[in-house]
This record gives sequence, C-alpha cells and structure tokens, in this order.
Amino acid sequence: MGRYIVQRIIYMIVTMFVIVALTFFSMKLLPGTPYKNQEKLSPEMIELLNHKYGLDKPLPVQFVKYVGDLLKGDLGVSFQFDGRPVTEIIGERLPVSADLGFEAMVIGLVFGLLLGIIAGLRRNTVWDYGSMIVAVIGVSVPSFVLAQLMQYYFAVKHHWLPVAYWEGPAYHILPDIALGFGPVATIARYMRTAMVDTLNQDYIEMARAKGLSRPAVTFKHAVRNSLIPIVTIVGPMAVNLMTGVLVIENIFAIPGIGDQFVTSVYTNDYPMIMGTTIMYSVAFIVVVFIVDLLYGVIDPRIRLAGGES
Amino acid sequence: MMAVSKNEITQDMFQPAVIDKSLQEQVSGPSIGFWSDGFRRLRKNKAAMVSAFIILLIVIMALVGPHMSKYGIDDQDLKRSNLPPRISALANIHWLPFDGKNEQGVDVYKERGIKQDLWFGADKLGRDLWTRVWKGTQISLFIAVVAAAADLIIGVAYGGISAYFGGQVDNIMQRILEVLNGIPNLVIIILLIIVMQPGIPAIILAIAMTGWIGMARIIRGEVLKLKNLEFVLAARTLGASDSRIISKHMVPNTMSMIIIHTMFSVPGAIFFEAFLSFIGLGLQPPKASLGVLINEGYKMLSLHPYQALFPGVIISLLLICFNIFGDGLRDAFDPKLRQ
Repeated sequence: MGRYIVQRIIYMIVTMFVIVALTFFSMKLLPGTPYKNQEKLSPEMIELLNHKYGLDKPLPVQFVKYVGDLLKGDLGVSFQFDGRPVTEIIGERLPVSADLGFEAMVIGLVFGLLLGIIAGLRRNTVWDYGSMIVAVIGVSVPSFVLAQLMQYYFAVKHHWLPVAYWEGPAYHILPDIALGFGPVATIARYMRTAMVDTLNQDYIEMARAKGLSRPAVTFKHAVRNSLIPIVTIVGPMAVNLMTGVLVIENIFAIPGIGDQFVTSVYTNDYPMIMGTTIMYSVAFIVVVFIVDLLYGVIDPRIRLAGGES
Repeated sequence: MMAVSKNEITQDMFQPAVIDKSLQEQVSGPSIGFWSDGFRRLRKNKAAMVSAFIILLIVIMALVGPHMSKYGIDDQDLKRSNLPPRISALANIHWLPFDGKNEQGVDVYKERGIKQDLWFGADKLGRDLWTRVWKGTQISLFIAVVAAAADLIIGVAYGGISAYFGGQVDNIMQRILEVLNGIPNLVIIILLIIVMQPGIPAIILAIAMTGWIGMARIIRGEVLKLKNLEFVLAARTLGASDSRIISKHMVPNTMSMIIIHTMFSVPGAIFFEAFLSFIGLGLQPPKASLGVLINEGYKMLSLHPYQALFPGVIISLLLICFNIFGDGLRDAFDPKLRQ
C-alpha cells in the first residue's frame, strides 16, 4: 500500500509538471499582447510593460521563475483586474463554484441512488423502465440544453424562479438541478446494475433464508454492497461537474470560477488562465487519487497493485 | 374405465432409440457465427432499432435538408428577421410551435405579408433556420465521425502496439499514458483551441487528442488477453509474421470492442463540439454547427425561444439515440455478457 501511494504521488508530480509546462508554453503561443487597449499603446510602452511583468526575458527563464513562484503558492497577478493577485480572484470565486458543484453532487447522489435502488429492486416493471428512461435522457441531454429549457420555462415564461444570479436559496434551484441531472442519471444507471448484480449473490439468498426481514436484506446487504462501484464513478463525475460548471455558470450568470475562466480566455489574461487551469488540474488529480485509495479501503477484495495480498 | 384406459401409457407406445455412432457428431441447424448472433440480438432490441432508425433519419435530413429550402445558410433578409416557424399544414395544432405566431400571439407572416413558409423560422438576421439547423447537424456529425475515426486509429494503434510487443515498450508506453490520462481533457482541448484558430480542424484535433486514451486501454487489455491464447501461439509456431497475426487474429477478435467503443465516442464528440461552440471556442458564425446554433438561439431565448428549440431538440435526440443504440450494441456484442 505504502509503495503504491508513493508511486502514485510521483505520477501526480510528473503529471502536474507536464500540465504546467503545457499551459505555460501554449500561453506564449497566443497571438496578441495581454494588455487592455493594446492598439493605443506605443511599442515603447508595450516594451516597458513587458519589462515590468518580466515578459522580456527568454522563455526558459520565465518558465523557471513561474514554477518557482508556483511552489511558493504565488500564481502571479491578473493582467485584466488591475494587478490583483490571481490567487485572490480564485479564492473569491472558488467558493461559489464549490457550492454549486457540491449541491449538484448531493442532488445526484440522493436522487440517483433512489432511482437506481428502485429500478434494481423492481426490475422489469414500470418503475424500472421509468427510471431508466429518465437516466438515458439525463446522460444524453447536454446540461446547457437542459439549463436553457428550464430557464425559459420556469423563469422567463412563468416567473416561478429567478432567471439568473446567485443570491438566495431560490437562485440555487435551477442551476443545481441543471447541473445535477447528469449525475442523477449516471448514478442511477450504475446503481441499478450493481443492485441487480448484488441481489443475485448467494449471500442475499442466505440472508433471506436466515429469515431476515425484507428491509434488512435490502438495506444492510444489497444496498451497502452495491455502493462499492458507485465510489469509482464519483471521481470522474466530480470532474464532469467541473466541466458542466463552466456552461451552467455562464447561462445563469453565476460569479464562479468557470465563468471567470471563459472571460479570461477571451481577454488573453495569461496568469488567470494558467492559474485556473492549474487549480482545475490539481483538483482533478487529487480527486482521482482519493477515489482510487478509497476504493481499496472500501472493498477489501480489491488489492491495489504492489500492495500486500 | 374406457376413459382411463385412453390416457394409459402402454409399453407399445415407446420405441427404443437407435444409437448411431456416425450421427453423434452431426450438429442440427446451421451454425450461428459471432456476428450473425450479435445482429440477431440487436434486431430483437426494439429501443436500439428505433434509435438506429431515428439516427438514420437525422443523417438523411442533415444531407437532404439544406437543399429543401431555397435559402442558403448565409442568405440574410431583414424582412424575415426573427420570423417564427410556420408549417401551414400543422398551423392549427396549437401545441406545436408551427403556427407562425410570435410570443405575443401576433401572426408575423400576416403582419409582414410573407407568403412563403419558413418551417423552422428565421434568426435575427433573417437567415432560414431550417437550412442552418440541418447544415449545422451535418457539420456536427461530420466533426463527430472524423474525431471518432481518429480516436479509433490512434487508440487501436497505441494500445495494440503497447500490448503486442509488451516488455519495455509496453512499460514506457503505459507510463506515458498514465501521465496523459492525468491531464484533464478540458485543459488540453481549451489550450489547443486557443493556440490554434478556432475552427473545424482545431475541434477535431482537440477531441481526437483526448478521446483515444480510453480506446487504447481497452485494446491493450484485449490484446494482452488474446496474445496468450493457443491459436495465436499456433499461428506463431507455424511461422506467421507479426503483421499477419495482428491483421488476421488480433483485429477481428477485438473488432466488437472497437465498434462498441466507437459508438460511444461519436456522441461524446458531438457533445464536446457543441460544448466548445457554446462557450465560444468552437466554430465561429456564420458557420453553423448545432453548438453554434444553440448559442445563437440562447441569446434570443427570452424573446424567440424557438431559435434554441430546434437545434436543442435535434442534438438531444441524436445523443439519446446514440446512447441507446450503443447500449444495444454492447448488450448484443460484448463477450463478457455472453453466457
């Protein structure tokens, strides 16, 4: 186990380095200068500004300096927001995105598990087919199409809920559902398969034969064992949510990190793009790592490579 | 008593079976191969067949649709600006959006004196949405198919080489894959698109660059398993070359996995194209793809919801059908499910 963790951490570091390098050099290939109203600036002024931000040094020097700063937790200053540190902007916007992502995840888990359990228990009934139709739609329909549909129907047309912004609980409902519908569908599908699988196991038969009540068999044995595969998809799902956050924040004008990222791309705000990318990648890598470890802990039948067996 | 004796089973109703050694090896009925068995299962799956039919219909419309209207994809006419959809034959069915009335219930066609029906309406520049939606579907499908094909080629080559040659080659190739897999798709795609000019080649490259990893892993697993089977050993013993073993044994035996995986990478690519276009990193107007149209329609959502409706419905239908059909294919052809 220890060896496996060390090995994984080495991979994480290498991956991170590749990402930082990729991001850094791609940014340098971008056309245009990163300054507002660049057409009004004279070449001399651009040179001066370049000097101020250290953009006149050779690329490798800039890169080494960037990595050095990165290790100290400094992501540089944003070009667009009057020299505010990138970490500060991220710190300001991240909680909103995390909030949105967390709520969508909770919706996904609660309703997804519910649908999946019902479908698995009542296999080949109307309940099952109904849940699976919802699941296929949820997996397939892009979140931005669903978000628009809901925004139009519930907010623009009927004024039941606010159209946009992120102010009170009522503002959370539409974005949460739009973002959470995909996870509901994914979890429901996996849960159903897992339930069907588990219910066919000998130990379920055994539990029934012992005379355990139906709820005891269902919840203590079937559901608990079916949860194992769900743990593996929670990681990729969290990552998908990070992608979804981008468009959902855009549609509902939520001041989160995804919305900021799209703006930064348009305004050539290099440090902001790099900062967000790196933060996103770190989150991604850490989530995948934790999920892999959790999987080994939850299901003792799985032995991680290089572990004791 | 008579009734009872009628039901009685007597000795003379039985005949001893002839044991003929020569017939023991005879198989009754024609043998069913892997493919025909799979297709038979697939045909029995109604949802998958309906999905296949809808996909086919959309593909045909994507090819034929743009020619059915006399307007091109960039023909502007401000007189038709934001014209709601109208199909005269369906105009009286009130829950369908084809009555030519806008959100306020005004018949815009009568108001502006337009005789010609625009089946999907027009956008703010007066461009016919029927033409644009089907042309957009065509472009989205094209991007998806090319990207999926690229996925397939890179993934199969990488996974196949890695597993087939094994040892140090496999080791190094897998380490590289491990690192690549750690990088979020979105990061690669967005970096690539902002470095290259946004457009069809950039999108295809971006989707292909990130999509092949899954395929490579599946193929590697399959080839590793196949490599140790007797028939490959037999072929090698008989002096077959690497290329012959790969083309005659490895490829046909992994074909079902390749097809299933490709069926899932097409909708993935359709989604990613639309996603990129929606956040403004995809195709740039006046070119149309489903994502661009949804984005343009979204800007008019509160006033003219029909503009986002049609591309949204088509992309949703496409993705739903591809997913159901892919599930059907997997159920029909996945060897792990075959007992």
